[in-house]
Amino acid sequence: MDSFILQVLNGLDKGSAYALIALGLTLIFGTLGVVNFAHGALFMIGAFCAVFIQRLLSLSFLTVDDTKKDFLGNPLKVETPYIEAWFGPELGGSIINWSVPLAIFFAIPVMLLVGYVMERGLIKHFYKRPHADQILVTFGLAIVLQEIIKYFYGANPIPTPAPDALAGAFDFGVLLGFDHNTIIYPYWRMIYFAFAGIIIAGVFAFLQFTTFGMVVRAGMADRETVGLLGINIDKRFTLMFGIAAGVAGLAGVMYTPINPPNYHMGMDFLVLSFVVVVVGGMGSLPGAVLAGFLLGILESFASTTWATTTIPGINQVIIYLVAIIVLLTRPRGLLGRKGVMEE
Amino acid sequence: MSKSNFTRRGLLRTGAVAGAGLAMPTIFNGASWAASHGGYTNAPQGGTVTLGFNVPQTGPYADEGADELLAQQLAVEHLNGMGDGGCLNTFTSKALKGNGILGKKVQFVTGDTQTKSDAARASAKSMIEKDGAIMINGGSSSGVAVAVQGLCQEAGVIFMAGLTHANDTTGKDRKANGFRHFFNAYMSGAALAPVLAKEMGTDRRAYHLTADYNWGWTQEESIVASTEALGWETVNTVKTPLASTDFSSYIAPVLNSGADVLVLNHYGGNMVNSLSNAIQFDLLNKQVNGKDFKIVVPLYSELMAAGAGANIKGVLGSMNYNWQLDNPGSKAFVKSFGEKYGKPPSNSAQTCYAQVLLYADACERAGSFNPCAVEEALTGGDSSMPGISSDANKGFLFDGLGNGQTLYRRDDHQCFKDVLVVRGAENPTNAYDTLEIVEVTPVEKVWYEPNNPMFGGDEAKLGSCNPGA
Repeated sequence: MDSFILQVLNGLDKGSAYALIALGLTLIFGTLGVVNFAHGALFMIGAFCAVFIQRLLSLSFLTVDDTKKDFLGNPLKVETPYIEAWFGPELGGSIINWSVPLAIFFAIPVMLLVGYVMERGLIKHFYKRPHADQILVTFGLAIVLQEIIKYFYGANPIPTPAPDALAGAFDFGVLLGFDHNTIIYPYWRMIYFAFAGIIIAGVFAFLQFTTFGMVVRAGMADRETVGLLGINIDKRFTLMFGIAAGVAGLAGVMYTPINPPNYHMGMDFLVLSFVVVVVGGMGSLPGAVLAGFLLGILESFASTTWATTTIPGINQVIIYLVAIIVLLTRPRGLLGRKGVMEE
Repeated sequence: MSKSNFTRRGLLRTGAVAGAGLAMPTIFNGASWAASHGGYTNAPQGGTVTLGFNVPQTGPYADEGADELLAQQLAVEHLNGMGDGGCLNTFTSKALKGNGILGKKVQFVTGDTQTKSDAARASAKSMIEKDGAIMINGGSSSGVAVAVQGLCQEAGVIFMAGLTHANDTTGKDRKANGFRHFFNAYMSGAALAPVLAKEMGTDRRAYHLTADYNWGWTQEESIVASTEALGWETVNTVKTPLASTDFSSYIAPVLNSGADVLVLNHYGGNMVNSLSNAIQFDLLNKQVNGKDFKIVVPLYSELMAAGAGANIKGVLGSMNYNWQLDNPGSKAFVKSFGEKYGKPPSNSAQTCYAQVLLYADACERAGSFNPCAVEEALTGGDSSMPGISSDANKGFLFDGLGNGQTLYRRDDHQCFKDVLVVRGAENPTNAYDTLEIVEVTPVEKVWYEPNNPMFGGDEAKLGSCNPGA
């Protein structure tokens, strides 16, 4: 039972990242009809917004400490962050320590801008082109973006830890009547799950309860008719692209304490996220979220020792296996709509 | 009526020309051509000799590759008499004079392994066939090393491996044209064992997470063997896909398994993520079986330590070399490297630097670039490592390249030297002292026989050297 609960927790946490990325992908596909292979790169850029803020807050000046030596035997040059000099070591240190949550406020405008520039500068020229062209151009864009990040930040992962106050793990087992250390789960991963829930709820509420959202939903259902009513649907869809980029970026910012970011982290998620979208149903926002969590949980269970000893290699193929079964039994995915990507 | 222009004399003349033409490739590939070109692949012509540096320049190990390339460039400078000479001043073999190799100026070409076997073979092949490289050096992966070593054996050039830690490189996949200065998984296990016993005791239960490919398997096998010899119990060995990024589902069950030590047989991005995930689960602050929970990372590198950040604090592992080593060779190398590049060298940089100098030195002592003569000079000596009683204790003994006294063993082309056990520093003063040396395990503790079952047993053979051409 305890292992079951642990793997469900793991699955929800994994599923949070899948669901957030797949949600953005589906938003773009549902509104603009574009298959965006650069979406993983947006997740990565979001993560590097956190790295940028961490480095910005850690900008330092050098002082020479004659009592210590560097690796060449010269007096050690000690780096002191400006922020610690200005606000004192305690407050300054705390600000640096909270760089990841602070990066959220930086990432939102940056990602909206990146999304806007991407859509207006490149993607809009491919609306009427075949999906294969869209895939090629967005995949190329993803490679360009990751090489730009690699140029500035290198190929090595960059540690971007959670604030000390949110490090460590919570002992769930004790709450549920189990022994100590039976079910422990990291605080930050729980925060990530909660954060994903808020973002997903926010996007759904925006689409469901605002006039803007209503127009966008109408445009998703019948773009031509909405256009004939005199509404500039393209402008709204451009903003939706920006919002999708923002969702991916925020997912990336909050992911940095889970795994230190590197330039190819977007590619690690890209294929899985597309499988999530396909399983959920192309163009279906609830489908993307449902499939994200479902596949996250299944992947988690498939990684248990019991599963890997019963069916060796199951942890590597489970998601694709499920995708095949779903597509064979429900060709439009779990919650897919008729007519989407069907000629 | 048609008129033929064929004459008997014309036919003979045409036949002779055609015959000579057809025979031409045979003539150029034959013994006379080989003799005029030294009898081996890419015999240097003119006043230069070309070395091929095959390192990851793109992909996840690009930073490690960049560090290797810096060290290789430094070695070339020192060989050509530029800079402060570095380890040429401390190397116990005094054959190198700073005038190139055998009087020829050293130049180099580079290739990008991308840390993919097929890409690494393609770049090595290009450097050998198009650029005339006579030796290939570098790399950050055992899969790449084994693939490129095989290619060099077929092509008839020398392969001086870079960072490769799997037992197989000088085990079941050993080749006469291939040489490894870096240590291996068996040595990591043997070096760590006494320190683990001292720090954690002999009554421990270990849980292994292992990267599911050749290097991971050999490391797991080596660490399991050495820890079980201490009296430890292996609770579980779980293989994790190489492409894994989030290890939470593998780490979550560890505490429930009854294990009190987690061994992460991971390298690079896998290690950074699995260690970070383990720290998130707060494993190092837990007590199991009445003991403090511990994590071991058998193979460390400076770049991985940088990627994992504060998560490595207190975590034990092993290394081939660390810039903090206090010996004349290490000091000379760190000074050269540090003054030129403004940072201390990594252990992958050091192994590449040492390999380039060792190759050049072997050419000088052999008086030839012929791979078979180089092999004889590099490992064929009769010197032996003091303090080890074994028929296999023969080869080329040297010192002054940073690792202390080292034997390039004749039977498998593996270097034997002391192995470092290191620990993530609790209070690093700068970005470069994140690892501290805990113990220098002496070479006799990491010694093994060439027919050790983990290295292919009696079936593993070097074969004969291939001069190519």
